[in-house]
Amino acid sequence: MTDYTDNYPHWNKRMKKTHVILAPDMLPYHFELFAAALKTEGYNLEILKNSSRVVIDEGLKHVHNDTCYPCLCVVGQYVDALKSGKYDLSKTALIITQTGGGCRASNYLALARKALGDEFPTVPLLSLNFSGLEKKSSLKLSLHLLSLLAYCVIYGDTVMWCHNQTLPYELDQGSSAAALRKCIDKVKEAIAGNGYKDLKGLCEFIAGTYASIATSAKNKIKVGIVGEIYVKYSPLGNNNLEKMLLSEGCEPIVPSLIDFVLYTILGTINDAKMYGTSKIKAAVYKKVYAWLVKLQKVASDIIALHGFERPHDIEALRRHADEVINQGVKMGEGWLIPAEMAALYESGVKNIVCAQPFGCLPNHIVGKGTIRTLKNMHPDINIVPIDYDPSASSVNQENRIKLMLAAAREMDRVG
Amino acid sequence: MRYLGVDIGSTTVKATVIEDGQIKYGSYVRHGAMVKETVLGELKKIEAEQGDGDYCVAFTGSAGMGFAHRSDIPFVQEVQAAYIALKRYFPSADVMVELGGEDAKIIFVTGGAEQRMNGSCAGGTGAFIDQMATLLNVTNEQLDELALSANRVYPIASRCGVFAKSDIQPLINQGAEKSDIAASIFMAVVDQTVSGLAQGRKISGNVVFLGGPLYFFKGLQKAFKERLGLSDEQAIFPSEAPRFMSMGAALYAESLKPEKLSQMIERIEKSKTGDGIIKGKPLFASKAEYEDFLARHRQASVERADPSLYKGDCYIGIDSGSTTTKMVALTPEYKLLWSCYLRNDDPLKIVLSKLKEFYSVAKGACVKGCAVTGYGEELIKNAIRADFGLVETIAHYKAAMHFNKNVDFIIDIGGQDIKCFKIKNGAIDSIMLNEACSSGCGSFIQTFASSLNMGVAEFAKLGLFASAPVELGSRCTVFMNSSVKQAQKEGASVADISAGLSSSIVKNAIYKVIRSSPDRLGDNIVAQGGTFLNDAVLRAFELELGKEVVRPEIAGLMGAYGAALFAMERSSGSSTMLDEKELSELTYTTKAAVCKGCTSNCNINIVSFSGGRSFVLGNKCERGAGRKPTSNELDIYAYKQDRLYRSVEGIKGKVKVGLPVQLGMMEQLPLWAGFFERLGVEVVLSERSSRKLYFEGQHTIASDTVCYPAKLMHGHVESLIGKVDFIFLPCESYNIDEGKSTNHYNCPIVAYYPELLKANNARLVDLVKPYIDLNKRDSASRALLAALNKYIGGLTLHRVKEALSAGMERARQYHRDVVKKADEIIEKANKEGKQIIVLCGRPYHLDAEINHGINKLLTSYGVAVVSEDSIFERSKGVQVNVLNQWTYHSRLYRAADYAKGQKNMNVVQLVSFGCGLDAITSDELRSILEKSGRLYTQIKIDEINNLGVVKIRLRSLLSAIEEMR
Repeated sequence: MTDYTDNYPHWNKRMKKTHVILAPDMLPYHFELFAAALKTEGYNLEILKNSSRVVIDEGLKHVHNDTCYPCLCVVGQYVDALKSGKYDLSKTALIITQTGGGCRASNYLALARKALGDEFPTVPLLSLNFSGLEKKSSLKLSLHLLSLLAYCVIYGDTVMWCHNQTLPYELDQGSSAAALRKCIDKVKEAIAGNGYKDLKGLCEFIAGTYASIATSAKNKIKVGIVGEIYVKYSPLGNNNLEKMLLSEGCEPIVPSLIDFVLYTILGTINDAKMYGTSKIKAAVYKKVYAWLVKLQKVASDIIALHGFERPHDIEALRRHADEVINQGVKMGEGWLIPAEMAALYESGVKNIVCAQPFGCLPNHIVGKGTIRTLKNMHPDINIVPIDYDPSASSVNQENRIKLMLAAAREMDRVG
Repeated sequence: MRYLGVDIGSTTVKATVIEDGQIKYGSYVRHGAMVKETVLGELKKIEAEQGDGDYCVAFTGSAGMGFAHRSDIPFVQEVQAAYIALKRYFPSADVMVELGGEDAKIIFVTGGAEQRMNGSCAGGTGAFIDQMATLLNVTNEQLDELALSANRVYPIASRCGVFAKSDIQPLINQGAEKSDIAASIFMAVVDQTVSGLAQGRKISGNVVFLGGPLYFFKGLQKAFKERLGLSDEQAIFPSEAPRFMSMGAALYAESLKPEKLSQMIERIEKSKTGDGIIKGKPLFASKAEYEDFLARHRQASVERADPSLYKGDCYIGIDSGSTTTKMVALTPEYKLLWSCYLRNDDPLKIVLSKLKEFYSVAKGACVKGCAVTGYGEELIKNAIRADFGLVETIAHYKAAMHFNKNVDFIIDIGGQDIKCFKIKNGAIDSIMLNEACSSGCGSFIQTFASSLNMGVAEFAKLGLFASAPVELGSRCTVFMNSSVKQAQKEGASVADISAGLSSSIVKNAIYKVIRSSPDRLGDNIVAQGGTFLNDAVLRAFELELGKEVVRPEIAGLMGAYGAALFAMERSSGSSTMLDEKELSELTYTTKAAVCKGCTSNCNINIVSFSGGRSFVLGNKCERGAGRKPTSNELDIYAYKQDRLYRSVEGIKGKVKVGLPVQLGMMEQLPLWAGFFERLGVEVVLSERSSRKLYFEGQHTIASDTVCYPAKLMHGHVESLIGKVDFIFLPCESYNIDEGKSTNHYNCPIVAYYPELLKANNARLVDLVKPYIDLNKRDSASRALLAALNKYIGGLTLHRVKEALSAGMERARQYHRDVVKKADEIIEKANKEGKQIIVLCGRPYHLDAEINHGINKLLTSYGVAVVSEDSIFERSKGVQVNVLNQWTYHSRLYRAADYAKGQKNMNVVQLVSFGCGLDAITSDELRSILEKSGRLYTQIKIDEINNLGVVKIRLRSLLSAIEEMR
């Protein structure tokens, strides 16, 4: 074997005590909780909130411009932060997630390392993954931490879900934002005090807090957001899509993160079923899957009890997927995207933004490629695919979303 | 009640007043970026003509969006507006197509209502036509007239305006008839609309065509009717087409509250301009700073000699570029004797007349050598019987080296191309050339300036002291153009746009072509090429790099200068170039023709010179040029193209399976042919790839930014429908595990494209697409059995397994044969002392429609060609920085690993446009090669037909290898 690898700084355990770990802002509702979770094991994680144009420019400077937009945003946030002077470069590390799937996303780590190498040779980049990649420089996940992170996903989802259904209708401006702060703080407190397993209590608290907010009649046009995981959730990636929809008088609906986690786990389970790969691994994954589904159900029941729409159920999503595409499509967000679109439709959300980075490979097939099938099934489904790219003009994106909304309003009027 | 609709588009303002169902007022005016003024003008005119008082008003259009918001006026999205008007005025319409300056829209009315706009890549239709007219040096009206008298249509890439231009520019230079080019431009617009907008739906029935371009250009109307097969009755071109959306807005206003017009005008007058644009820092803080800058650059001058007084030898260099022609004459003491720099119209004509001028001015000069470079090299060299031809990279490199012996880095931005070189120890260390997306940056400023009726110098000057240059993006000129439009509407000044464009072009060069941190470029940087004569561009470049660079006084002439140096170096003491008398007697004619050399039917142009000489342009191979083709015995691509199809034995059977031969099937054909033939099923292959086949499947393409091989697949399945019992194309997340890699995925497109094909083609009922992992024979066999039972009688698991084994063996045999052939080629090349190029990519790059015959081009240069799959096993494996998880990519790394250890072997990578994975592999491949001191060459391919850029790349590589030795 010829070795062509470049040297890069490795992470070691001792750095826990000295280093701050910077994380890109991928999931606005969840990452703060993840940071709190990692804190319990001594990691000092900071979520980057820098989002000026400079971030994008740094991304353009440091990453191959044909690489997908999320990679550009993530690296841009790193570089901008490291250059800001706020951090002691000898005591700073970075972290990124890796799924090990068949699309480009698993290579963000290598691209980021290459981008940073020259300018920041002392800053290690850790991988957060569940597939045994990057053994030399990854965050070691204890069972405790894994379980804690899973709970955080559920709490983050619960907050996001209730928040999105309350914000458009709040009578006192700012009450949802206050509830958001209150709920996140409450969960963080529970994490710090090792009380995070009180799923019922915490979900009850979150849903209850939002349910107590005074709202108007919930009759706005609902718009679902699906797509590539980063541009779906990150305001930096999608030009503040949720905000734009709110200002247009809509209620944005963003499906839960746990569905993506379960989708990833199902990838391994389905592989075993379809191709006869490791049965033992699949058995373990099935256990984890069942456990997570149970957690999700507890949260969903409480959410529904407080008068909010019930979040999607993964088994229902799988059935929806089967109507549109094979569950063997497992790269990127795979079958989850059309499944979410079909599920949204079924729950009465006919208007959907399908967000993807410009040139996203899986999305040719699972996004744009499935719209025809969905249209044939539901002639009044109203989907607009939007490409995100550093050079695309925002007017173009907005105009297309407005077209979708015009059709939505027309449907709403006609009934 | 009166209803007023105003449509503010990217280039025009349209207004309509409707009262009692009658149209009382209608107008269409270009706003020239003065949106507010134009709208106010229109409203005041309406007030004067129709009277003040109550109106119900709605705005629409892409520029109307922000405008309406800021003036608190109701807004309706333009496609919605069109839909409302369509239902009112054309109730029998099935489809509406609207092309504007920036956006294209489509509405399917019947068969499931659907409204759609073009994707981000396919923007700027109207703007594209304007630009092409400028390029052809005609008005829009003339362009249209020309198109109607065309005799032929050239195939032109239709992905976007930049790609199309890359195909059009060479046609202009070849002297193709302007009328034929004009018609081809319109056809490219049609193709882009059909594939980009229809996305899986057929445009048929009664089609209403709207928008400015479709109203004004009869040639465009004709092209649409032809491509869509519409009768005169079906294709409707309404007289109100240009302002149809404003009529829709007026109709929309019926549901709104009325308001006094004068009140509204007042509100608009008070409204603020937008803040939706991002601004950067000025290029120069003060006049003094600019003066310093000028003084510094003035130092890089050349010595001159007076041609009328000069007596003695001289050497002529000619650079026949894509958009300009440059010529110089040098004395043996390197003094510049004579030069010229002209924009192309007809390059040959320019060169001939300028040479005559040279002879008459420099009476005492004696030409001892002449060298030609640039796109027009071969034509000009033939016409004037020049002594030498050389590739432009070498010409530019020679010129820069002459200017500054310690040069570390050279960048040349011309009209169409960007070329960069890193120099180490006086030799070329690496070459970076732009790919299609970045092309045309230089000439974009030119075209843009002339659209404002300005010269490029005047336009550039405006930008120097602009206070707030606008951020216009750097992806490509289509995106830039659309950002310019947005900025104009937001009130940005021409000066700010000029400065913004300069920095966009520079960013494109730095981040998309050079892609290296400025620190790694060294301290001696030479910036040349006509585009750098623009001070704004030069300054933006220095600012972006954070370094001072050297711009030679003759930046625009460097190609020609280098050619003259080359002629001096190689001169035998006399020149074969036409002398003054011969030149004055030379005449020529150009004729368009179709080459009958093979079945490709290439469009060619034949230039015939007086005295019986002639020259062929536009040919893709030597047969087209009337020469005997090079033997293909050292070309593995030729071998594979033949061998692959021979893996079908051709047994006849009752049941017929169709195999579409593209993407993964291009490699697995032997496997599946073996499999089905063992089962007694007759194998029918899809038609061979061609442009025609692409068009047949074009209407089912769901995503316009997917790669060309995938797009072609639509035609392949189309060619099988109705001829077979079922079409077979498996979905494979995993490819075959060839070891030495972390994982062995297929790319998402190869893995799952069958899903997309089926979902977007209603006629594709019998597409069998089982999910299989070929590494797991048991599960694969079961999946195949389940999928095929319906079509093949008496199938058992045992039979399937046996057939799969047979197929796998046939595939292995194919691979063994390919490897063996490569062994022979390498051995023979080694024996004959020939260079070997590893032309690597994906298995489907074997397709001649995909690789555009680049393998043949290479063998015509006298080198042997092998492929990645034929040699990768010679490497024991590699450890790379990126996640090595795709089978096809893993082969690339290993092939490069082997090649770098062979003296006479170099790597050329074929990359399909839109292949996201290759953004990763190509950098890694480059790193593997450059770590070993080897050159890396990448060729990005798509449906573009023009091989000009490819030729430059390959010849540069071969010349650099030559120089290194």
